[in-house]
Amino acid sequence: MSLLVAKALGAAFVMGIGSIAPALGEGNAVAKALEGIARQPEASSDLRTTMILGCAITESTGIYSLVIALLILFAL
Amino acid sequence: MDGSSLSQGAKVYFRINLFNGAVPIDITQTTVSLFVVTVIVVIIGILLGRNLTKKPGRRQALVEKIVLTLYNLVESTMGKHNLKYAPYVGTIFISSLFGTLIGLTKVFRSTTADMMVIMGWSLLTSFLCWYEGIRNRGFFGWLKSYAEPVAFIAPINIVSEVAQPLAMTFRHFGNIAGGGVLMSIVYAALASASGLLFKAVPNTIASAMPPVFQVGIPAVLSLYFDLFSGLMQAFVFSLLTMVYIAQANPAPLPAAAAAEKPKKIKKKKERKAALESHTSPQADANSGQSQ
Repeated sequence: MSLLVAKALGAAFVMGIGSIAPALGEGNAVAKALEGIARQPEASSDLRTTMILGCAITESTGIYSLVIALLILFAL
Repeated sequence: MDGSSLSQGAKVYFRINLFNGAVPIDITQTTVSLFVVTVIVVIIGILLGRNLTKKPGRRQALVEKIVLTLYNLVESTMGKHNLKYAPYVGTIFISSLFGTLIGLTKVFRSTTADMMVIMGWSLLTSFLCWYEGIRNRGFFGWLKSYAEPVAFIAPINIVSEVAQPLAMTFRHFGNIAGGGVLMSIVYAALASASGLLFKAVPNTIASAMPPVFQVGIPAVLSLYFDLFSGLMQAFVFSLLTMVYIAQANPAPLPAAAAAEKPKKIKKKKERKAALESHTSPQADANSGQSQ
Protein backbone atom coordinates (compact mmCIF):
# COMPACT_ATOMS: atom_id res chain seq x y z
CA MET A 1 0.00 0.00 0.00
CA SER A 2 1.59 3.28 -1.03
CA LEU A 3 2.07 6.17 1.34
CA LEU A 4 -0.59 8.29 -0.34
CA VAL A 5 -3.23 5.60 0.06
CA ALA A 6 -2.29 5.08 3.69
CA LYS A 7 -2.43 8.82 4.37
CA ALA A 8 -5.82 9.13 2.71
CA LEU A 9 -7.27 6.19 4.63
CA GLY A 10 -5.85 7.44 7.91
CA ALA A 11 -7.24 10.94 7.50
CA ALA A 12 -10.63 9.60 6.42
CA PHE A 13 -10.98 7.29 9.42
CA VAL A 14 -9.83 9.95 11.87
CA MET A 15 -12.34 12.47 10.61
CA GLY A 16 -15.19 9.99 10.27
CA ILE A 17 -14.97 8.44 13.72
CA GLY A 18 -14.00 11.68 15.39
CA SER A 19 -17.11 13.59 14.35
CA ILE A 20 -19.68 11.21 15.88
CA ALA A 21 -19.36 12.20 19.52
CA PRO A 22 -19.21 16.02 19.28
CA ALA A 23 -22.29 16.05 17.06
CA LEU A 24 -24.22 13.93 19.57
CA GLY A 25 -23.11 16.11 22.45
CA GLU A 26 -24.02 19.36 20.72
CA GLY A 27 -27.42 17.95 19.73
CA ASN A 28 -28.08 17.17 23.38
CA ALA A 29 -26.99 20.65 24.44
CA VAL A 30 -29.24 22.36 21.90
CA ALA A 31 -32.17 20.12 22.92
CA LYS A 32 -31.82 21.08 26.56
CA ALA A 33 -31.48 24.73 25.65
CA LEU A 34 -34.68 24.54 23.59
CA GLU A 35 -36.47 22.91 26.49
CA GLY A 36 -35.36 25.73 28.75
CA ILE A 37 -36.45 28.39 26.29
CA ALA A 38 -39.83 26.72 25.89
CA ARG A 39 -40.25 26.66 29.63
CA GLN A 40 -39.15 30.25 30.24
CA PRO A 41 -39.06 32.46 27.12
CA GLU A 42 -37.85 35.56 28.97
CA ALA A 43 -34.50 33.90 29.73
CA SER A 44 -33.98 33.06 26.07
CA SER A 45 -31.04 35.41 25.39
CA ASP A 46 -29.13 34.07 28.43
CA LEU A 47 -29.84 30.52 27.35
CA ARG A 48 -28.82 31.25 23.78
CA THR A 49 -25.47 32.70 24.80
CA THR A 50 -24.72 29.81 27.13
CA MET A 51 -25.71 27.30 24.46
CA ILE A 52 -23.42 28.83 21.85
CA LEU A 53 -20.58 28.89 24.37
CA GLY A 54 -21.14 25.27 25.37
CA CYS A 55 -21.25 24.21 21.72
CA ALA A 56 -17.94 25.95 21.02
CA ILE A 57 -16.27 24.10 23.87
CA THR A 58 -17.85 20.75 23.02
CA GLU A 59 -16.67 21.14 19.44
CA SER A 60 -13.07 21.12 20.57
CA THR A 61 -12.62 17.33 20.49
CA GLY A 62 -13.94 17.30 16.93
CA ILE A 63 -11.39 19.98 16.10
CA TYR A 64 -8.64 17.85 17.63
CA SER A 65 -9.45 15.08 15.14
CA LEU A 66 -9.48 17.66 12.32
CA VAL A 67 -6.01 18.82 13.34
CA ILE A 68 -4.75 15.22 13.37
CA ALA A 69 -6.29 14.59 9.93
CA LEU A 70 -4.61 17.72 8.52
CA LEU A 71 -1.34 16.69 10.15
CA ILE A 72 -1.55 13.24 8.55
CA LEU A 73 -2.41 14.61 5.13
CA PHE A 74 -0.02 17.51 4.87
CA ALA A 75 2.81 17.12 7.31
CA LEU A 76 3.66 13.43 7.30
CA MET B 1 -0.87 25.37 -4.08
CA ASP B 2 1.60 28.18 -3.58
CA GLY B 3 3.85 28.39 -0.58
CA SER B 4 1.60 30.62 1.43
CA SER B 5 -1.51 28.44 1.59
CA LEU B 6 -2.92 27.55 4.93
CA SER B 7 -2.30 23.83 4.58
CA GLN B 8 1.45 24.43 4.69
CA GLY B 9 3.26 26.60 7.15
CA ALA B 10 3.98 30.27 6.86
CA LYS B 11 6.52 31.16 4.21
CA VAL B 12 9.86 32.30 5.62
CA TYR B 13 10.93 35.56 4.05
CA PHE B 14 14.41 35.74 5.47
CA ARG B 15 16.37 34.64 8.47
CA ILE B 16 18.37 36.82 10.82
CA ASN B 17 21.32 35.07 12.44
CA LEU B 18 22.31 36.48 15.80
CA PHE B 19 25.58 35.53 17.50
CA ASN B 20 27.02 33.95 14.36
CA GLY B 21 24.15 31.55 13.73
CA ALA B 22 23.57 30.43 17.31
CA VAL B 23 20.18 32.18 17.53
CA PRO B 24 18.35 32.17 14.19
CA ILE B 25 15.29 34.39 13.95
CA ASP B 26 12.93 33.73 11.05
CA ILE B 27 10.96 36.59 9.55
CA THR B 28 7.87 34.78 8.26
CA GLN B 29 4.50 35.83 6.94
CA THR B 30 3.15 35.55 10.48
CA THR B 31 5.72 38.07 11.73
CA VAL B 32 4.67 40.58 9.10
CA SER B 33 0.99 39.99 9.88
CA LEU B 34 1.57 40.42 13.62
CA PHE B 35 3.34 43.70 12.95
CA VAL B 36 0.53 44.96 10.75
CA VAL B 37 -2.13 43.92 13.30
CA THR B 38 -0.24 45.70 16.08
CA VAL B 39 0.06 48.91 14.06
CA ILE B 40 -3.65 48.82 13.14
CA VAL B 41 -4.79 48.18 16.73
CA VAL B 42 -2.55 50.93 18.09
CA ILE B 43 -3.85 53.42 15.52
CA ILE B 44 -7.46 52.49 16.33
CA GLY B 45 -6.74 52.80 20.04
CA ILE B 46 -5.19 56.25 19.66
CA LEU B 47 -8.01 57.48 17.42
CA LEU B 48 -10.73 56.23 19.77
CA GLY B 49 -9.16 57.44 22.97
CA ARG B 50 -8.20 61.02 22.16
CA ASN B 51 -9.88 64.23 23.35
CA LEU B 52 -11.89 62.64 26.12
CA THR B 53 -14.37 65.11 27.64
CA LYS B 54 -16.52 64.96 30.75
CA LYS B 55 -19.67 65.24 28.65
CA PRO B 56 -19.09 62.48 26.13
CA GLY B 57 -19.85 62.86 22.46
CA ARG B 58 -21.16 59.95 20.41
CA ARG B 59 -17.82 58.31 19.70
CA GLN B 60 -16.71 58.48 23.32
CA ALA B 61 -20.06 57.11 24.54
CA LEU B 62 -19.71 54.12 22.24
CA VAL B 63 -16.15 53.44 23.37
CA GLU B 64 -17.17 53.78 27.02
CA LYS B 65 -19.99 51.30 26.45
CA ILE B 66 -17.57 48.76 25.02
CA VAL B 67 -15.07 49.16 27.85
CA LEU B 68 -17.83 48.93 30.48
CA THR B 69 -19.14 45.73 28.88
CA LEU B 70 -15.66 44.22 29.15
CA TYR B 71 -15.27 45.25 32.80
CA ASN B 72 -18.75 43.95 33.70
CA LEU B 73 -18.00 40.63 32.05
CA VAL B 74 -14.71 40.31 33.93
CA GLU B 75 -16.36 41.23 37.22
CA SER B 76 -19.22 38.78 36.79
CA THR B 77 -16.92 35.93 35.76
CA MET B 78 -13.87 36.49 37.93
CA GLY B 79 -15.08 38.49 40.87
CA LYS B 80 -14.29 42.02 41.97
CA HIS B 81 -10.82 41.25 43.32
CA ASN B 82 -9.68 40.16 39.84
CA LEU B 83 -10.57 43.36 38.00
CA LYS B 84 -6.86 44.01 37.46
CA TYR B 85 -6.92 41.29 34.79
CA ALA B 86 -9.53 43.05 32.66
CA PRO B 87 -6.95 44.76 30.38
CA TYR B 88 -5.19 41.41 29.84
CA VAL B 89 -8.45 39.71 28.84
CA GLY B 90 -9.33 42.60 26.54
CA THR B 91 -5.91 42.41 24.90
CA ILE B 92 -6.25 38.67 24.30
CA PHE B 93 -9.67 39.16 22.75
CA ILE B 94 -8.64 42.01 20.46
CA SER B 95 -5.37 40.31 19.41
CA SER B 96 -7.23 37.14 18.55
CA LEU B 97 -10.08 38.88 16.73
CA PHE B 98 -7.95 41.23 14.64
CA GLY B 99 -5.41 38.50 14.00
CA THR B 100 -8.12 36.35 12.48
CA LEU B 101 -9.81 39.15 10.59
CA ILE B 102 -6.63 40.29 8.88
CA GLY B 103 -6.58 36.97 7.06
CA LEU B 104 -9.74 38.00 5.23
CA THR B 105 -7.71 40.44 3.19
CA LYS B 106 -5.86 37.79 1.25
CA VAL B 107 -2.72 39.93 1.34
CA PHE B 108 -1.69 38.92 4.85
CA ARG B 109 -1.89 35.53 6.50
CA SER B 110 -3.98 35.20 9.68
CA THR B 111 -1.78 35.45 12.72
CA THR B 112 -3.98 32.92 14.50
CA ALA B 113 -3.37 30.36 11.76
CA ASP B 114 0.09 29.86 13.25
CA MET B 115 0.09 27.57 16.25
CA MET B 116 3.04 29.27 17.91
CA VAL B 117 1.20 32.58 18.23
CA ILE B 118 -1.72 30.95 20.02
CA MET B 119 0.52 28.80 22.16
CA GLY B 120 2.23 31.97 23.33
CA TRP B 121 -1.08 33.36 24.61
CA SER B 122 -2.05 30.04 26.24
CA LEU B 123 1.30 29.76 27.98
CA LEU B 124 0.93 33.35 29.23
CA THR B 125 -2.39 32.37 30.80
CA SER B 126 -0.83 29.26 32.34
CA PHE B 127 2.04 31.31 33.77
CA LEU B 128 -0.51 33.72 35.30
CA CYS B 129 -2.40 30.80 36.88
CA TRP B 130 0.81 29.38 38.35
CA TYR B 131 1.84 32.82 39.58
CA GLU B 132 -1.50 33.25 41.33
CA GLY B 133 -1.24 29.77 42.82
CA ILE B 134 2.25 30.42 44.14
CA ARG B 135 1.27 33.86 45.42
CA ASN B 136 -1.71 32.50 47.35
CA ARG B 137 -0.14 29.40 48.84
CA GLY B 138 3.61 29.77 48.67
CA PHE B 139 5.80 27.65 46.42
CA PHE B 140 5.62 24.39 48.38
CA GLY B 141 1.93 24.87 49.14
CA TRP B 142 1.31 25.17 45.42
CA LEU B 143 3.31 22.02 44.73
CA LYS B 144 1.38 20.22 47.44
CA SER B 145 -1.92 21.31 45.91
CA TYR B 146 -1.31 18.89 43.07
CA ALA B 147 -1.80 16.06 45.56
CA GLU B 148 -5.01 17.68 46.74
CA PRO B 149 -7.75 15.08 47.41
CA VAL B 150 -5.57 11.96 47.59
CA ALA B 151 -1.80 11.68 47.20
CA PHE B 152 -1.70 9.16 44.34
CA ILE B 153 -3.90 11.37 42.13
CA ALA B 154 -0.94 13.70 41.63
CA PRO B 155 0.08 12.40 38.13
CA ILE B 156 -3.46 12.91 36.87
CA ASN B 157 -3.51 16.45 38.25
CA ILE B 158 -0.17 17.24 36.61
CA VAL B 159 -1.31 15.85 33.25
CA SER B 160 -4.52 17.86 33.36
CA GLU B 161 -2.56 20.99 34.23
CA VAL B 162 -0.24 20.45 31.22
CA ALA B 163 -3.21 19.59 28.99
CA GLN B 164 -4.96 22.87 29.75
CA PRO B 165 -2.86 25.21 27.55
CA LEU B 166 -2.55 22.49 24.90
CA ALA B 167 -6.33 22.13 24.68
CA MET B 168 -6.82 25.90 24.43
CA THR B 169 -4.21 26.10 21.67
CA PHE B 170 -5.63 23.23 19.66
CA ARG B 171 -9.18 24.45 19.95
CA HIS B 172 -8.39 27.95 18.69
CA PHE B 173 -5.82 26.94 16.06
CA GLY B 174 -7.85 24.01 14.77
CA ASN B 175 -10.94 26.09 14.23
CA ILE B 176 -9.16 28.90 12.39
CA ALA B 177 -6.68 26.85 10.34
CA GLY B 178 -9.23 24.14 9.65
CA GLY B 179 -11.69 26.73 8.41
CA GLY B 180 -9.00 28.20 6.16
CA VAL B 181 -8.12 24.79 4.70
CA LEU B 182 -11.79 24.00 4.05
CA MET B 183 -12.27 27.35 2.32
CA SER B 184 -9.25 26.73 0.06
CA ILE B 185 -10.62 23.29 -0.83
CA VAL B 186 -13.97 24.90 -1.69
CA TYR B 187 -12.20 27.46 -3.89
CA ALA B 188 -10.30 24.71 -5.72
CA ALA B 189 -13.47 22.66 -6.22
CA LEU B 190 -15.36 25.65 -7.60
CA ALA B 191 -12.45 26.48 -9.91
CA SER B 192 -12.49 22.98 -11.38
CA ALA B 193 -16.29 23.11 -11.65
CA SER B 194 -16.13 26.29 -13.68
CA GLY B 195 -13.35 24.70 -15.72
CA LEU B 196 -15.74 21.90 -16.59
CA LEU B 197 -18.30 24.47 -17.66
CA PHE B 198 -16.06 25.78 -20.38
CA LYS B 199 -15.18 22.34 -21.70
CA ALA B 200 -16.51 23.06 -25.19
CA VAL B 201 -14.17 26.02 -25.59
CA PRO B 202 -10.68 25.22 -26.99
CA ASN B 203 -7.93 24.81 -24.44
CA THR B 204 -6.01 28.06 -24.92
CA ILE B 205 -9.09 30.22 -24.36
CA ALA B 206 -10.43 27.99 -21.55
CA SER B 207 -7.47 28.74 -19.30
CA ALA B 208 -8.15 32.47 -19.67
CA MET B 209 -11.82 32.13 -18.78
CA PRO B 210 -12.69 33.52 -15.33
CA PRO B 211 -13.63 30.95 -12.69
CA VAL B 212 -17.31 31.70 -12.82
CA PHE B 213 -18.52 29.68 -9.88
CA GLN B 214 -16.06 31.24 -7.49
CA VAL B 215 -17.99 34.49 -7.35
CA GLY B 216 -20.83 34.16 -4.84
CA ILE B 217 -20.74 30.82 -3.04
CA PRO B 218 -17.49 31.15 -1.02
CA ALA B 219 -18.76 34.41 0.48
CA VAL B 220 -21.64 32.62 2.20
CA LEU B 221 -19.36 29.88 3.53
CA SER B 222 -16.77 32.44 4.56
CA LEU B 223 -19.43 34.11 6.74
CA TYR B 224 -19.53 31.00 8.88
CA PHE B 225 -15.97 29.70 8.66
CA ASP B 226 -14.04 32.94 8.90
CA LEU B 227 -16.24 35.58 10.55
CA PHE B 228 -18.49 33.64 12.94
CA SER B 229 -15.87 31.06 13.82
CA GLY B 230 -13.19 33.70 14.38
CA LEU B 231 -15.46 35.75 16.64
CA MET B 232 -16.62 32.70 18.62
CA GLN B 233 -13.12 31.35 19.08
CA ALA B 234 -11.78 34.72 20.25
CA PHE B 235 -14.63 34.96 22.75
CA VAL B 236 -14.25 31.37 23.98
CA PHE B 237 -10.47 31.80 24.33
CA SER B 238 -10.81 34.92 26.47
CA LEU B 239 -13.65 33.37 28.50
CA LEU B 240 -11.57 30.30 29.27
CA THR B 241 -8.67 32.57 30.22
CA MET B 242 -10.94 34.32 32.70
CA VAL B 243 -12.26 31.06 34.15
CA TYR B 244 -8.81 29.53 34.62
CA ILE B 245 -7.35 32.61 36.29
CA ALA B 246 -10.44 32.91 38.52
CA GLN B 247 -9.99 29.29 39.59
CA ALA B 248 -6.39 29.99 40.56
CA ASN B 249 -7.33 33.15 42.46
CA PRO B 250 -10.55 32.53 44.40
CA ALA B 251 -12.19 35.25 46.40
CA PRO B 252 -10.45 35.95 49.70
CA LEU B 253 -12.45 35.26 52.86
CA PRO B 254 -13.77 38.40 54.56
CA ALA B 255 -11.58 39.30 57.56
CA ALA B 256 -14.25 38.73 60.25
CA ALA B 257 -15.12 35.22 59.13
CA ALA B 258 -11.45 34.28 58.94
CA ALA B 259 -10.83 35.44 62.53
CA GLU B 260 -13.84 33.60 63.93
CA LYS B 261 -12.83 30.12 62.75
CA PRO B 262 -13.32 27.72 65.69
CA LYS B 263 -10.04 26.66 67.17
CA LYS B 264 -9.33 22.92 67.27
CA ILE B 265 -9.39 21.54 70.82
CA LYS B 266 -6.63 18.95 70.97
CA LYS B 267 -6.94 17.30 74.38
CA LYS B 268 -9.64 14.71 74.92
CA LYS B 269 -10.76 15.99 78.33
CA GLU B 270 -11.30 19.47 77.02
CA ARG B 271 -13.25 18.08 74.08
CA LYS B 272 -15.55 16.11 76.40
CA ALA B 273 -16.12 19.15 78.57
CA ALA B 274 -16.99 21.27 75.51
CA LEU B 275 -19.42 18.59 74.31
CA GLU B 276 -21.23 18.38 77.65
CA SER B 277 -21.50 22.12 78.00
CA HIS B 278 -23.09 22.12 74.54
CA THR B 279 -25.70 19.47 75.29
CA SER B 280 -26.76 20.42 78.84
CA PRO B 281 -28.55 23.72 78.08
CA GLN B 282 -30.35 21.92 75.27
CA ALA B 283 -31.53 19.18 77.69
CA ASP B 284 -32.94 21.85 80.01
CA ALA B 285 -34.75 23.53 77.16
CA ASN B 286 -36.23 20.25 75.93
CA SER B 287 -37.50 19.25 79.33
CA GLY B 288 -38.97 22.74 79.72
CA GLN B 289 -40.81 22.45 76.42
CA SER B 290 -42.30 19.03 76.98
CA GLN B 291 -44.09 20.22 80.12
